[in-house]
Amino acid sequence: MSGYDIERLSRLIGTLPPAPAAWVRAARELPRARRELDTIVERAESDAEFRRALIADLESALRAEGVEPTWPLLDELRRRVS
Amino acid sequence: MAAARDAGEAAARGAAKLSEELSDAKLVALCRAGDEEAWGALVERFSRYVYAICVQAFRLPEHDAEDVFQEVFARVFERLDTLRDDEAVRPWIAQLTRRLCIDRLRAGSREITADTEELPDGPDEDVLLKLEEAFDVHDALAGLSENCQEILDRFFARDESYRTIGEALELPAGTIASRISRCLLKLREEMTPDVRPESR
Repeated sequence: MSGYDIERLSRLIGTLPPAPAAWVRAARELPRARRELDTIVERAESDAEFRRALIADLESALRAEGVEPTWPLLDELRRRVS
Repeated sequence: MAAARDAGEAAARGAAKLSEELSDAKLVALCRAGDEEAWGALVERFSRYVYAICVQAFRLPEHDAEDVFQEVFARVFERLDTLRDDEAVRPWIAQLTRRLCIDRLRAGSREITADTEELPDGPDEDVLLKLEEAFDVHDALAGLSENCQEILDRFFARDESYRTIGEALELPAGTIASRISRCLLKLREEMTPDVRPESR
């Protein structure tokens, strides 16, 4: 592999900068977020008041449980409580 | 708050270490068994790759790239059981990312140009090829000392100055350039089996 000169290697290292830390953190925490989602849905099924508040503001509900409200989680929560 | 941040950083470091030690197939097997540290390592291993496909190959704006990024990992998490060959997780993730980027571009173009038949631009194939090569180089970095990995990543991928690197790693800034050169030579040995020393 004579193609890998130092300059090319340097460029290739620079080609993959880190993704924003908050994005990576949210993805890493998916297993916990899914568990929290299940808890929220269970509570919504047994508490009509909570369900109304939840549907009115899904983002705040997730944040209150310490979960970053990413688009796929919001989408799933919306689907499950509507 | 600070304790939670420290715990998060420690988890990220643990995940990064695990990501270096395990093959793709082993990571996938552990994730499938519900090992959350392995999941963190899998995210760690592929996060740059997914991000680069979104913003470099498809040139998605940051907010679209973030949605696609989260959707990719959500689907990987849900559908890992459907992966037939655990070693093929990288092309699987790449394909998933490309498909979601295209969906996002199509949805965007429908909103903006509802009255035209124009389709959004596809990915830049040269960039996709370069990203594959870059992924291999980052894989090879894992074969170097932690110090070398850190210096090369901070300088080339994070664009940090000699001074910032020196302060972070408690090294004299004047020695950073020579360390970078030495680490690059070691990396070239990793990438080029025929120039590896006999003792390896």
